[in-house]
Amino acid sequence: MTGSPPRTNNGAAAALLRAHRFRAIELIPWILAIAVYFLFPGYRLLATQILVLILFAISLDLIVGYAGIVSLGHAAFFGTGAYTAALLADAGWQEPISALALGAVTAGLLGWVSGWIILRTRELTLLMLTMALGIILYELAKDLDDITGGFDGINFENSAILGLFPFDVLYYTTNYWYAFAFLVLGFLVARTVVYAPFGRSLVGIRENVRRMHAIGTPVQQRMRHVYVIAAMIAGVAGAIWVQVQGNITIGVYEFEMSGNILIMLILGGTGRLYGAFVGVTVFTILENLTETVLGTDPPYWELVVGVALIVTVLFAPRGLLGVFDPLIRRFRERTP
Amino acid sequence: MFRFTTGTILAGSLALAAAAEAREIKVGFIAPKSGGAAQLGDQLEKGARLYIKLHAKELGGDTIKLIVRDSKRPGGPIAKAAAQELIAREKVEILGGVIFSPNAMSIAPLATAAKVPFVVMNAGTSWITTLSPNIARVSFTMWQAGFIMGEHAANALGCKTAISGYTNYPPGKDSVAAFKRGFEGAGGKVIDSIPMGGPREAPDFTPFFQRVKDKNPNCFYVFVPGGNHAAGASKTFVALGMKQAGIKFIGPGDLTHDLQLQSIGPAIAGTTIAIHYHADLENPVNAAYRKAFKAEYGKDAVNDFVSVGGYDGMAAVFHIIKSAKGGKITADSAIKALRGWTHDSPRGKISIDPVTRDIVQNIYVAEVVDDNGTLRHKTLKTIEAVKDKCKELKIGRCGK
Repeated sequence: MTGSPPRTNNGAAAALLRAHRFRAIELIPWILAIAVYFLFPGYRLLATQILVLILFAISLDLIVGYAGIVSLGHAAFFGTGAYTAALLADAGWQEPISALALGAVTAGLLGWVSGWIILRTRELTLLMLTMALGIILYELAKDLDDITGGFDGINFENSAILGLFPFDVLYYTTNYWYAFAFLVLGFLVARTVVYAPFGRSLVGIRENVRRMHAIGTPVQQRMRHVYVIAAMIAGVAGAIWVQVQGNITIGVYEFEMSGNILIMLILGGTGRLYGAFVGVTVFTILENLTETVLGTDPPYWELVVGVALIVTVLFAPRGLLGVFDPLIRRFRERTP
Repeated sequence: MFRFTTGTILAGSLALAAAAEAREIKVGFIAPKSGGAAQLGDQLEKGARLYIKLHAKELGGDTIKLIVRDSKRPGGPIAKAAAQELIAREKVEILGGVIFSPNAMSIAPLATAAKVPFVVMNAGTSWITTLSPNIARVSFTMWQAGFIMGEHAANALGCKTAISGYTNYPPGKDSVAAFKRGFEGAGGKVIDSIPMGGPREAPDFTPFFQRVKDKNPNCFYVFVPGGNHAAGASKTFVALGMKQAGIKFIGPGDLTHDLQLQSIGPAIAGTTIAIHYHADLENPVNAAYRKAFKAEYGKDAVNDFVSVGGYDGMAAVFHIIKSAKGGKITADSAIKALRGWTHDSPRGKISIDPVTRDIVQNIYVAEVVDDNGTLRHKTLKTIEAVKDKCKELKIGRCGK
C-alpha cells in the first residue's frame, strides 16, 4: 500500500507545528506597553528602563532558559554595548542607530572570544568564569576613568533618530518608542531563533547533552552561536539603556546588574521568553514604587522584593508565568 | 459706574486673597535611604527636616512638602527615574538632596530641560555645577579641603616630602590631586601616590603603609571614607610605628568623619585634618544647631557635615521660596536669587559664588584630640571664604 506515511502521534506533531504561530494572547504585553506610555507620563523613564531591561532579560533567557548556560556575568555584554554607544556619542559620533549597531558588534565579538573559553567549561566553573569576565571589565572601566568617566560617569547627547525624532530628556517620548521598537525587533529575533530547528537543538542540549552529541549535533558550535546572539542582543539593550538616558556610569558593568537580571528572569520564568516581561516588570516596580506607597522611613523595598522572591521560589518554582501552566493545561484538555 | 467699581474691588480683593492664600511648595529630595550609604542619606534628610521645622514660620503660612525618593545605588538610572517622576508627576518646584556625585550628574540634564532649580546638598565632585545652569551647590567640593591641607602641610607642619594614599574612586582621586596641587604650590614634593583598594571593603592597609614607611616622607596624606577604612588605616599607622618614625598623619575630614569618629578608636588622636565643618566647631550658630539636633533626634545623634549639608540646603530652598515672593518659582529666578547669597551656617559664613554657583566657605584645619575617652576635633586654624580650586585653576573637566 502506497500513499501518505503513517501519521502516528498526531497531537505531538501538530503541537510542534503550532508552537511557533502567534497567538492572540501574545498581544497583551504589547498593548500594555502602549497603554503605559499614555497612562503614566510621570513614570516614563522608569517604563523605558523596564522595556530595555526586558530586552536584556530576553537575551539572557536565550542562554539560560534555552541553552542551559547559567551566566552571572551577562552585564559584560550589556556594558560593552553601552560603552560603545556612549563613548562614540561622547567622541562626536552622535548618530544613535549606527552606534547601537556597533554596540551589538563589539558585544558580539566579546561573546565570540569569551565564549571560546567559557563554553568549554560547565556548571560552577562556567558560572565563575562568566562572573570573572564581568568583574574584569568593571575594574577596567573603573581604572580607565579618563575615557569611561568611571564611577562618576559621563553625560552625552545623541542626534535625532533618523534625523527626525530628537531624544526627549524630560518626558522621554521618542526615547520610549525607540526602546519599544528595538524590544519588538529583539523579541522577534529571539522568538525566531527559539522556534527554529536551531532553538530546538539548544533545548535538546539543555535537556540531554550526551544524547545530542550521540545524534551528531555540533554541540559546542551551537552553544557558541547562541552565546554570540545573546551577547549581541544584550549589547543592543546596553546601548539603548545609555542612549535613552544620555548618561553612563560603571554601573552598567556592575555585578549587581548581572545578578539582578538573572533574578528578574527567574522570577518571571526561564525558557519561555515572556518570563522576561513579567519578571522585569514585577521586580522593577517593586524596587522603585514600594516607597511611593510605604514611604522611605524605613525603606521597605528590599523586604518586599525579598519576600516576593521567597514566595515565588516556594510556590512557583517555575517562575510567575509557570503558575499559569496547570491552568492552561486544564483548559486545553477541556477543549480538544 | 458703581458696579464697575465694586467689580474691580471684588476682583482686586480676590486677587489679594489668592496671593495671601497659603501655598504648598513641593520639594523633591533624592538621597540613599537603603543600601550602604543609607546612614548618609538619613543624616542629610535629618538636617533638611530640622531646618524646615525650626524655620517654618518664615514662609508666612506657606508650607514645604518634602517628597523623598530613595536613590538606592550610587549610579545614575534609579535617581534619574526618580527625578523624572518628581518633575513630571509630582510637579516639584525645586529638586534637592543627593549624596553621590553620579546621581547628581545624571539628574543635571533633567534640571536643565524642566527649568527646575536643583540644590546639591552633598555630592562633592567639582564639575557637577558645570553640567546645568540650574544647579547650585551648598555642600563642598573635594578640592577645598585637599588643597588647604596641602598648603598647611608645607607651610605650618613643615613637611618637605609627602606621600598620598587614597581609596580608588573619584572623591579619593580628587582629594589627592587637590592635596598635591596645594602642597607642591607651597614648595613641597609628593614623592608617591598609592591607590588602596575600592570604597566597599576596607583592605589590609599594612602593605601600602609599609611602602610609605620605607620611603619615609615627612607627611602621609590619607583619603579613606570614614568608618572601617579610617579605623583600619589609623590602627595600621600606629601598629607600624610610623608616628615614632616621624611621619605626620594627615588627611581631609572624611578620614575622621564625626559619624564614625568614636568607633575608630584612640589611635586616630593626633591626626591633622582639613574640613569645612566638624561637629565641635565653636560658634553660636553651631552651638544652637548641635543643641537642636540632639533635642530632635536624641542625645546620641551626631551633627556631622552631611547633616549640615541638608540643613543649609534647606536654607537655600527657603531663600529661593522667599525671594519668589509668592510668585512662580523658576530656575532662572531661583538661581538668580542664589547667586551671591550669603548665609550664617553652623559652619560659619557661607555664600554661593555668583559665577560658578558653587559654595564658598571656611575651611578649618583641626586636630583630633582624646578628651577623656571621647575623641573631638580641635580647630587649629580657619581659612576664610575658600572657593573651589578645581574650577579656579581650571583643571581637567572643571575647566570646561
